[in-house]
Amino acid sequence: MKELNSKIPAGPLAEKWTNYKAHQNLVNPANKRKLDIIVIGTGLAGASAAASFGEMGFNVKVFCIQDSPRRAHSIAAQGGINAAKNYPNDGDSTYRLFYDTIKGGDYRAREANVYRLAELSNNIIDQCVAQGVPFAREYGGLLANRSFGGAQVSRTFYARGQTGQQLLLGAYGALSKEIEKGTVKMYARREMMDVVLVDGRARGVIMRNLVTGELERYAAHAVVIASGGYGRVFFLSTNAMSSNGSAEWQAYKKGAMMANPCFTQIHPTCIPVHGDYQSKLTLMSESLRNDGRIWVPKKKEDADKLAKGQIKAKDIAEEDRDYYLERRYPAFGNLVPRDVASRAAKERCDAGFGVNNTGLAVFLDFKEAIGRLGQKVVEEKYGNLFEMYERIVDDNPYETPMMIYPAVHYTMGGLWVDYELQTTIPGLFAAGEANFSDHGANRLGASALMQGLSDGYFILPYTMQNYLSDQIGVPRFNPDAPEFMEAEKQIREKINRLMAINGKQTVDSIHRRLGLIMWNKVGMARNEKGLKEAIEEIKALRKEFWQDVKVPATSGMNNELEKALRVADFLEMGELMARDALMRNESCGGHFREEFQTADGEAMRNDAEYSFVAAYEYQGPDAEPVLYKEQLKFENVEVKQRNYK
Amino acid sequence: MKLTLKIWRQKNNLDKGKFVTYNVDNIPEEASFLEMLDILNERLVLQGEDPVTFDHDCREGICGACGLYINGHPHGKYKNTTTCQLHMRKFKDGDTITVEPWRSEAFPIIKDLMVDRSALDRLIQSGGYVSVRTGGVPDANALPVNKHDADLSMDAASCIGCGACVATCKNGSAMLFVSAKFSQLALLPQGQVETYERVQKMVARMDELGFGNCSNTYACMAECPKGISVTNIARMNRQFLAAKIAEPLKK
Repeated sequence: MKELNSKIPAGPLAEKWTNYKAHQNLVNPANKRKLDIIVIGTGLAGASAAASFGEMGFNVKVFCIQDSPRRAHSIAAQGGINAAKNYPNDGDSTYRLFYDTIKGGDYRAREANVYRLAELSNNIIDQCVAQGVPFAREYGGLLANRSFGGAQVSRTFYARGQTGQQLLLGAYGALSKEIEKGTVKMYARREMMDVVLVDGRARGVIMRNLVTGELERYAAHAVVIASGGYGRVFFLSTNAMSSNGSAEWQAYKKGAMMANPCFTQIHPTCIPVHGDYQSKLTLMSESLRNDGRIWVPKKKEDADKLAKGQIKAKDIAEEDRDYYLERRYPAFGNLVPRDVASRAAKERCDAGFGVNNTGLAVFLDFKEAIGRLGQKVVEEKYGNLFEMYERIVDDNPYETPMMIYPAVHYTMGGLWVDYELQTTIPGLFAAGEANFSDHGANRLGASALMQGLSDGYFILPYTMQNYLSDQIGVPRFNPDAPEFMEAEKQIREKINRLMAINGKQTVDSIHRRLGLIMWNKVGMARNEKGLKEAIEEIKALRKEFWQDVKVPATSGMNNELEKALRVADFLEMGELMARDALMRNESCGGHFREEFQTADGEAMRNDAEYSFVAAYEYQGPDAEPVLYKEQLKFENVEVKQRNYK
Repeated sequence: MKLTLKIWRQKNNLDKGKFVTYNVDNIPEEASFLEMLDILNERLVLQGEDPVTFDHDCREGICGACGLYINGHPHGKYKNTTTCQLHMRKFKDGDTITVEPWRSEAFPIIKDLMVDRSALDRLIQSGGYVSVRTGGVPDANALPVNKHDADLSMDAASCIGCGACVATCKNGSAMLFVSAKFSQLALLPQGQVETYERVQKMVARMDELGFGNCSNTYACMAECPKGISVTNIARMNRQFLAAKIAEPLKK
């Protein structure tokens, strides 16, 4: 068995990162020029890492799946980014951001990683402002803050409802600067097919050029996977259409471990599902919960009338409304963490109080806020979100409350990495949503942007040097080496196999069926029976896919083939997620096992037996993976049942 | 809904290309325009025909990947709406809809409705950023910014880089795109340090890449899905003139 060494530096929590930086190995500027780094993905983590590596003098090759690095899915993040600046003077500190994030993650993340994240949060805001990111400001010219779920302070920096876009464009600017200088070479419309190992170290990748359909081989001294999350295993999610888990999955099959794969975030405020042709779901930013109040009718007959369209929200009297989050969680109210808010919505809808014709929707109401602040202020804060809602739903949220329902949004699980963000394959790093590191079992709002940028701007530039410091004598690799040729050959065979099936079902139709299995049995609420069924159903569906999928045998650009390659991996990932959920006999964060709940329906953790990171090692097709446990030690926070009441 | 679609099909950049007519029915009104194309493609795949290629990704109007010429307008005729946010309820049962790719010299067609917009990336590379390195920057609140300027900067920064402005411009000009990035930075003290250099470099790159000039028809603003204003173009023109006089770049 491999050893799972998290490499947490010694010393007190607040000094670990400082100590690490003081004692790590560095690479001198002349040697940096001789070293090549490959980065997969140009979201916040990938773009910021690639730009920073370039500035330091490394030779960088960076790949993205879209036509431009500016379109990575980080761009869709709406609400904001957390930092412990304490500008509002409301009691924030590095420790408090650390504590909230650990607690929000339901005590399933590493203390040292999360503390470092909180520590670096302030540097990120400084960096982004210096880049010209137009954050919201007060009249005095200083930066504005708002509050987000899971926190009692206002620590979220934002750029209207487009914070992800603005941060990504900042990182894209930094990347563009390096591309212009020639330190970074950009390859767009490429998808990673495999990572290549030479003598046990990651030394390159095989990419598919999505325009020509050709396979391309690239070599480097180290590889960073920053390809985002795998939420599209559920088919319907808030992720972009090309978001996928295949880069992670290929790394897993080559020996990197997948950690906590079942930890999935179901976001509470999304536009409800309305039809079976639907391709994706749209998020309505969590920031809306600052001023919006969530409710369903108190009386079932009102819910029935709403479903039939006989009455509207405004016809229900104030005393007949159940503001269930405020009722159940008076301390945090509408700002409870996402997992809690999602489950509470499901609970009400399952009990028959849903407010639309599918019964799967709750109201998010701004009437009180409009009365308190005036429509103009509400418009200034959330205008673009309201417009987006109206365009999709054809309903004016200034007049009638929004209808929302939870949807798959983010995967906390991902490639297992140590403190240096290195996977169990030497030289293979994972950053951003692609790794598992900081969010435990539930990510707090406005933390994904923080993590992506801290990984890319401020962690990898250090830890990568530590890895490369003993690689300076290693000459550039030849991408025609046998390891590369063999990897390419295997991919070609896989592609040919897919095209030869010529079955009767489209890739999307099978993907939808996988999504339904995942949503119903590996979704917001899970139980032993359902998970066991899911494993069998996914296996059967995988078999069906490989016998009956129809992929056009077109050479060159082939969008169906792209999707088929991703779905082939999702059909394996889904099974691992179900296995992990079945293994974890407790409820924590986004992982809710119906068998493990308190009398009033709250998640019940089992710290004695499950306070560990579950890391899985691939054992070959159809073989059960081996589970490794990284025990989590809590020395700086008191582990207790999360309480938002 | 029952619709007749006239869709531009073109195998690659060398192919001549042509309109092909498809009849689709049972299109739900709540579907987005791209979901309607998904339904068509699903059918084409099952019939053994080549599905229609188009760019798309986030499908929530922010990534800028999608962009179709629909009935003669980029992203369709509705204001402030990207193709992915256009819904079928905006059409009538029985409508004929013409779908074309962006057509502009700077955007060669890759296949069908997909074009190569990498020229926009090259424009940004010429100077559409503040040249700061990672680390070593001052505290974020060390530099107050007038709220009005910050808001204007954010308005300009909302550009999603879809290229509709270029596609609709009779001159194939990228002035709205470039001036949006320029203005975002010019309105902030962080960006002002490099203003003169930036404006000259970006304008020079625009010429190199074969984008046309601006003749103030305002078509770009009318079609921009994010409502980017032509006042940004005026701001850039003024600064360009000032830069040429004050600090001309050495050739």
